Amino acid sequence: MAETHSLQDLQQPAVSSKVFVQRDYSSGTICRFQTKFPSELESRLDKQQFEETIQALNNLYAEAEKLGGKSYLEGCLACLTAYTIFLCMETHYEKVLKKIARYIKDQNEKIYAPRGLLLTDPIERGLRVVEVTIFEDRSIGSGR
Amino acid sequence: MKNCEYQQIDPQALSTPTPTPPPHQGDEPEKKTEPKRPKRKWEVFPGKNRFYCDGRIIVARQSGVLPLTVGLILVTSGLFFIFDCPFLVKHLTSCIPVIGGVLFVFVIITLLQTSFTDPGILPRATPDEAADIEKQIDNTGNTSYRPPPRTKEVLINQQVVKLKYCFTCKMFRPPRTSHCSLCDNCVERFDHHCPWVGNCVGKRNYRFFYTFIVSLSFLTAFIFGCVTTHLALRAQGGKGLVFALQESPGSAVELVICFFSVWSILGLSGFHTYLVASNLTTNEDIKGSWSGKSGEDVTNPYSHKNIFINCCSVLCAPMPPSLIDRRGFLPADESAQTGGTDIELPTLATKSEINVCTQGTKGLLESAALPPLLSTSCPQGKPQTAHPCPDISPAVNSDPSPELSTGCGAHHRASSHRDASPPRHTKTRSKKCKRAALHIPNPAFDAPVSPTSPDTGPGSKGRGHKGASFAPLH
Repeated sequence: MAETHSLQDLQQPAVSSKVFVQRDYSSGTICRFQTKFPSELESRLDKQQFEETIQALNNLYAEAEKLGGKSYLEGCLACLTAYTIFLCMETHYEKVLKKIARYIKDQNEKIYAPRGLLLTDPIERGLRVVEVTIFEDRSIGSGR
Repeated sequence: MKNCEYQQIDPQALSTPTPTPPPHQGDEPEKKTEPKRPKRKWEVFPGKNRFYCDGRIIVARQSGVLPLTVGLILVTSGLFFIFDCPFLVKHLTSCIPVIGGVLFVFVIITLLQTSFTDPGILPRATPDEAADIEKQIDNTGNTSYRPPPRTKEVLINQQVVKLKYCFTCKMFRPPRTSHCSLCDNCVERFDHHCPWVGNCVGKRNYRFFYTFIVSLSFLTAFIFGCVTTHLALRAQGGKGLVFALQESPGSAVELVICFFSVWSILGLSGFHTYLVASNLTTNEDIKGSWSGKSGEDVTNPYSHKNIFINCCSVLCAPMPPSLIDRRGFLPADESAQTGGTDIELPTLATKSEINVCTQGTKGLLESAALPPLLSTSCPQGKPQTAHPCPDISPAVNSDPSPELSTGCGAHHRASSHRDASPPRHTKTRSKKCKRAALHIPNPAFDAPVSPTSPDTGPGSKGRGHKGASFAPLH
């Protein structure tokens, strides 16, 4: 129990809150996130910056799920081999997910971490939300 | 890496009458004596699924009649190859066993893939997400009773669609998602729960299922045709059908099985071909969601209005990833905290933050991030690794970098993205697990309220899963 208390003491000053950017289902079931700027971030971040990040993510997910010649070819080839090529090959979607992970890491390093924010990759939340963790602005960490 | 983990208990210490207690958190005495091996997320998965091969294979709790399905297919095909093929090869052509063999292999492979693939399970909402949603919906703050069913309306392609709130998974279900009561999971693009394959059929395994039933109908029809030809050839010359059946008894069995199954399987294939062409799911078709029964002008908002594009989008679309990270590792010793029933939200939050923390802090460390982040965010990870709590802060402040990099590095490696090789044999094994080894913290969140399915009882029922069962949110 004592441990829980210390955890609480340590936790609450560290993370002040989390903001969740929900999915935008207006175009169907494709993966898109709402670009509406959450009010909690107003003091930390530019609206435009945030919208750009989300829009870039939306574009990347659209690229992952795009129906086009290449994806059809991959699908047909997979069907002909009774889908066993999925065991050997990395799918198009997975390749784009890696790209997305790199992009988010990059954004965190350049833009969000300096402002005490942290973006979580939506794949870690089941592609439901983009979680933005807001860290408290503390100049010296006492840790107690 | 071992800095933050439990020390191995000295066997000599155990045998002596006054052993020094191992330096772990005093919450609960550690039952096992060896250092805890990191648990994989499938071991604490909250749904009613079973996992094999260390999380590579996922099936529903009840295998249904899958053994019967496999048995029937094997028996029928076996009899075909033993009794009919020799005769037909001699009298007709040797292509027959080849075609039969190809179809049989197709059927078995697609059946196993349908049964053992994650159908598109949505991981349950993290406690923070659930709290956020609750805050948005319910401003009264009174959660002592089950609130009325919550719905949210969205406009999809100019069509109003109602999204329902799932009480088990604590989130608004995305469109076309349904909660399967047998598997106790929300499944994306839920088609139906098929007892024949012993699994749900959803977004990720629908193409396997469709290929399975189509190839099975071809196989059944092919065997039926071959058996009929075989018996007809044998009965030629006035010998009669009875004589033919006596000579080849296996064919009789095949005939019966195929006769009764070909109609239902062909019918099912036809039905699903219709569904694929109109981009519908069985669930929607049965409920009549888009058939305009209510009198309004409703159309299927997901259809591309073109049969070819509909078929391609259902069967040939890029394979979506598995959203439940079955083979990922849990952050080090949250898996051992079985006594975590009374832990509160902030501590709960740490678990979901851990992976955030590890990935975030590792990157931040590398780029020499802010001191507050270093000293405050890493302790979130460190207490989980069993350091006694008074030691945390001095440990961090006095010796931040190596501890952090090893401790957080351990977490990072343990629960890492598949690129960074996990300490286990994952990398050397099949790449099938690549699909599943996406990095997601999966909260083992035991819902305090009853799920939407009527046949399961309320409260935290014994799901038989190891790992933490957590207190209600509020």
